[in-house]
Amino acid sequence: MIFGYAGKFLEVNLSTGVSEELKFDDDVLREYVGGRGLAAKILWDRLGGKWESIDPLGPENILLFLTGPLTGFFPGGRICVSGKSPQSNGVVGSTVAGEFGVELKCAGYDGIVVTGEAERPVYLFVKDSDVEIRDASHVWGKDAKQTVAVLTKECRELLKTRFPQKGEWKEPAILYIGPAGESRVRTAVVAAKWTHAAGYGGYGAVMGSKKLKAVVVKGTGPLPEAADMEKVEQLMQDVCENAYENELWRRWGTGSAGYEVGAKTSSEPVRNWQDEWHDEKSFGVDQFENRVWIKQYWGDFGCPTTCLKIAVVKTGRFKGAITDNPDYELQAYLGPNLGVFTPEENVFLTALIDDLGLCGIQTGNVLGFAAELFQRGILTKEDLDGLEPRWGDAEAFAALARKIAFREGLGDVLAEGTYRAALKIGEIKNVNVMQYAVQAKGIGIGAHGIRSGKDYPQIYSYACSVQGGDHTSIAYMPLDSADSELDIMFHDSGVYCWFNAFELSRKFKFDFYNAVTGVELTQEGWINTKALRILQLQRAMLLLGGPDLKWDPKMHDENPLRFYEPLPSGPYKGKTVDKAKVEEDKRKYYEAVGWDETGIPKSETLRKLGLDDVDKALEKLR
Amino acid sequence: MAKRREPIWIARDLSKCSGCRRCEIACSLFHEKRMWPEASRIRVFMLVPGVEFPHFCAQCEDYPCVQACPVNALSISKETSAVLVNVEVCTGCGQCIDACPGRIPHMHPTENHILICNLCNGEPQCVKVCQEGLWNVLRIVSRKDFAYKLYARMPEEITRDLAVKIYGEKGREFL
Repeated sequence: MIFGYAGKFLEVNLSTGVSEELKFDDDVLREYVGGRGLAAKILWDRLGGKWESIDPLGPENILLFLTGPLTGFFPGGRICVSGKSPQSNGVVGSTVAGEFGVELKCAGYDGIVVTGEAERPVYLFVKDSDVEIRDASHVWGKDAKQTVAVLTKECRELLKTRFPQKGEWKEPAILYIGPAGESRVRTAVVAAKWTHAAGYGGYGAVMGSKKLKAVVVKGTGPLPEAADMEKVEQLMQDVCENAYENELWRRWGTGSAGYEVGAKTSSEPVRNWQDEWHDEKSFGVDQFENRVWIKQYWGDFGCPTTCLKIAVVKTGRFKGAITDNPDYELQAYLGPNLGVFTPEENVFLTALIDDLGLCGIQTGNVLGFAAELFQRGILTKEDLDGLEPRWGDAEAFAALARKIAFREGLGDVLAEGTYRAALKIGEIKNVNVMQYAVQAKGIGIGAHGIRSGKDYPQIYSYACSVQGGDHTSIAYMPLDSADSELDIMFHDSGVYCWFNAFELSRKFKFDFYNAVTGVELTQEGWINTKALRILQLQRAMLLLGGPDLKWDPKMHDENPLRFYEPLPSGPYKGKTVDKAKVEEDKRKYYEAVGWDETGIPKSETLRKLGLDDVDKALEKLR
Repeated sequence: MAKRREPIWIARDLSKCSGCRRCEIACSLFHEKRMWPEASRIRVFMLVPGVEFPHFCAQCEDYPCVQACPVNALSISKETSAVLVNVEVCTGCGQCIDACPGRIPHMHPTENHILICNLCNGEPQCVKVCQEGLWNVLRIVSRKDFAYKLYARMPEEITRDLAVKIYGEKGREFL
């Protein structure tokens, strides 16, 4: 057994109610590590042969909650949620912060594999080796804060009743969905602690389709044994000291970007990306903070950075709204992207999105899309049941977000996410609206534009990524650079927070992995073999796609059309993306990752990585 | 941080807690040589998100837990004034839990004995990491003749107060 792992997984079939232990060979764990890498492996092995026919929202999909060997040890606990994505029809390794991964490992499991679907709403309660599928009808329909309150109380009562000799029980960790996940909204999240979300991928809808309201875990054991605990302790200390030094992330989280990415790098979505520049100073550091933050430092297990803060609106129309910072992404997507420029309105919308269990990025993206169609007269007040989503009207956007969460009226169409909604609205209105859909492979683009050329994503980054518009996983050359999704895949597979790894040496994470697991791993070994293999699996499943949509690289390895429009204002006014250069860079990227000129992984690449069965499955695409 | 060979007390400012739980990690590493949140003598409760706080021995001036122990497994350190658990003698009966106004002592997850903070014999590891992080939730001070028992409170009570302090009236809805 490799150090750092609990040594077993839990598999639960919600159709039969049967749960059992599951193990993976050390070889599999060495190659795929955990989290995102292992998710790709499990999904390919189990569903690869029939991938195109698997409905992500059907009982055949597999929902995964996976830790990695570094979970709990590397400061900043996370858990990776995956499965066939209802957004991309591929695989997204979506991670969320909190204590869930730590509790799970302390309960003796490295992950949970959920298959089938329940007849009635249920939640899964895991206390060490005791696994129970419990009725969730009393929390079905409840928002995030209510769900957390009810389940925290109920499960602590259960623990107290069953194990009265313990004394007072701490709360268990909870992953849950809100009403949006229950309604199978494709922009629904798997959430933790009110505001933390595994957003990209849309796995809240998968939980909803399985009628799984929540997973609650309490583990009373220690974290698994590490190969060299003394070294691990030293490395943990290094991470902490580095973070304490790093004023920007610790003090502001990503919050300072609310001003800077708009004003300086000019790459922030403004009014559905019609612009990427704004100079609104109320979104800048202490101006934002002083109006709404009531808790300056808020962290998860072991985290020295505490990039999260808590915001409460204390006065005015939106009094009582509670959320985290919001972080940069939600500042942007539920702020300037909707023409909203005051912190209080931004906090109000973010709190609502949390409560409904929606993804702030994906929902902000589709709300912006709808508002632009309204601006252009393509969608009317009648189409929207009387709503008029004008830029900056936070209450109108809130009403539309509720319609999405409950799939009411046009909300039912928008609940499909921007790409699918664009197809549908185009059909209904008989006009092509895809030019207003700012997405890649069914996933709305994260709030970092490419037109100014001053932000980190490159002009091919979203077009070629195996996770589409996900700004936390982008295509980047050279492949071994810190921004490349091959490198980032290690954070998502070791499953820890890479915000705590900023400014550390590139080698550091592999030293940490080695100290925990006892397994040697080099940067080259990771990038050129292991990560590259995971990338090919993700690419293969993304291209096989189905059942409702498929991606043809010739058409869909492409930027949103908006990015070819010149920036209308700001310091980079007039700048745009050169399509010929995108094509040239794409060819270089294909070559670098071993794909043919049409973007399909080459036989040679796949065979070299031992993926002969993938090669065979891709024959039909060539 | 020097080891203090005098009666000390861990001063606490609960509302500053970030919920980072480094105190739990440091405590369990020191006492159990493992990262083991449930075996930590100091435990961070989060009954409501955002309302995290450490829950650990308040070293009451009359030590009701020590008084309640039927087998004399608990004693008071002459050096630090901490409660010491003699694990060989402790039967895990739980009477100290019931005697504590905050029900702070809790059972070791796998061993049959109670867990109570012993101030790491004068060098509390939780304080060290909390200070390192500049959170200042925990601080070492000399023990005085104060009513420390006031700090021994149930997690629910502390949560209820802090939730309202942080979130206002709405804080009541989350319990």
